[in-house]
Amino acid sequence: MTDKKSHPSLLGATLAIVQKDLAAEFRSRELFSAMLVFSLLVIIIFNFALELDIDVRRTVAAGVLWTTFAFAGTLGLNRSMAVEKDRGCMDGLLLAPVDRSAIFFGKAISNLVFMLIVEAIVLPVYALLYDEMRIFQPGFLGVILLGSIGYIGVGTLLSTMSVQTRMREVLLPILLFPVAIPVLLAAVKASNGILTGAEWAEIVTPINILILYDVVFLAVPYMFFDAVVEE
Amino acid sequence: MQSKPIALTILDIVSVIVLGISTYLALVFAPTEAVMGDVQRVFYFHIGTAWLGLLGFIIAAIAGIAYLITKDLKWDRFEVAAVEVSTVFFFLTIVLGSIWAYPAWNTWWTWDPRLTTAAVTELIYIAYFMLRQGLDDPDKRARFGALYTLLGGISAPITFMVIRLFRTIHPVVIGNQSAAAQGGFSMSNDMKVAFFFALFAFTVIFVDLIWHRVRLGALQEQVEQLKLKLSN
Repeated sequence: MTDKKSHPSLLGATLAIVQKDLAAEFRSRELFSAMLVFSLLVIIIFNFALELDIDVRRTVAAGVLWTTFAFAGTLGLNRSMAVEKDRGCMDGLLLAPVDRSAIFFGKAISNLVFMLIVEAIVLPVYALLYDEMRIFQPGFLGVILLGSIGYIGVGTLLSTMSVQTRMREVLLPILLFPVAIPVLLAAVKASNGILTGAEWAEIVTPINILILYDVVFLAVPYMFFDAVVEE
Repeated sequence: MQSKPIALTILDIVSVIVLGISTYLALVFAPTEAVMGDVQRVFYFHIGTAWLGLLGFIIAAIAGIAYLITKDLKWDRFEVAAVEVSTVFFFLTIVLGSIWAYPAWNTWWTWDPRLTTAAVTELIYIAYFMLRQGLDDPDKRARFGALYTLLGGISAPITFMVIRLFRTIHPVVIGNQSAAAQGGFSMSNDMKVAFFFALFAFTVIFVDLIWHRVRLGALQEQVEQLKLKLSN
């Protein structure tokens, strides 16, 4: 165990997996472009479905954005795990002499990076299309980050499960959405509060719930990820 | 193959009897509520079934953890039994609640914390069955199922906390005197008899059904093993 090279630390192994995912994605840009185009399409559809005139926009901006991120997120989560499974990479990862939770954290971090990049493009586009400059507030962006962490945490675990079932991609949203409802609702509530300039007392509870959810849904997969990947 | 235990047969009969008594208490014995009238009688079974829904989901989460620790398929059978029975009773709770809600709130459904949490929880457990259906390996099925009940068991209370941030009109009957405007009421002694007996009756029925389902699970496993033996 003293030999550092044959037994990398949890952090080292995690970063290696992140690096691998980012390098692969940087070359193919499959996942990223799919998520981005999909997000923009969802926003366009919302525009017509909800008739986003100036009054409606004021109250539904947070909901529209979070729905978009949730849908795009499932797309990314599915793809990132399906690639591991199809090309047999998962077996390679499992054979590596590293802690299994490093695989979870590695996949979760790279999934989070993809989601954040997509959000970083979708938010300015949304702001531009709807003249909604209020979304560039540190508080709003912080809520986006907190919400994404929780969503990706539980999503990474569930996508590892769903990719091993017969229904595969179809199953992930069915498994994920009911469990992720608290994080989405709390994020919408907090984002909406910030956008409408609500008082701090009104925003602090959903933010606390977001933090609670993030901690719990990173801890549970950390403890039980073994049970999901072992054959 | 073991035959049905006598204790189980006795429990079957007891279940039917207590359900009969509970129905009598709820529909005849309990006094009619002054404001809402007869529709309030739905309350006794509404609470009874809701209690089973809650009980089953807690038992399922505990059985799930027990399985993850011991890897004994016995716990998996327990978990499936609890989720299956609870999903049905929880659905009944929602339907009974709706029947009461229409005259009391003038709507079948409202996005109140309890109702929404109930609907979301029901969806979690339907997803649970879809997850299990997609897996052939019994060990993997048990592992994934256990983990998912655990996730569901943690997420449902948080859902409740979040939705409570939005307002509620669901009455809190026990320990709340000022709820009359929402359709709440305080129970008279006869109502309490019907209420507690319904809780007791449904608990007996629950134990009976779980027992049957666990036994069925064990038999299913035996059949699978026999089939494997034949094909070899």
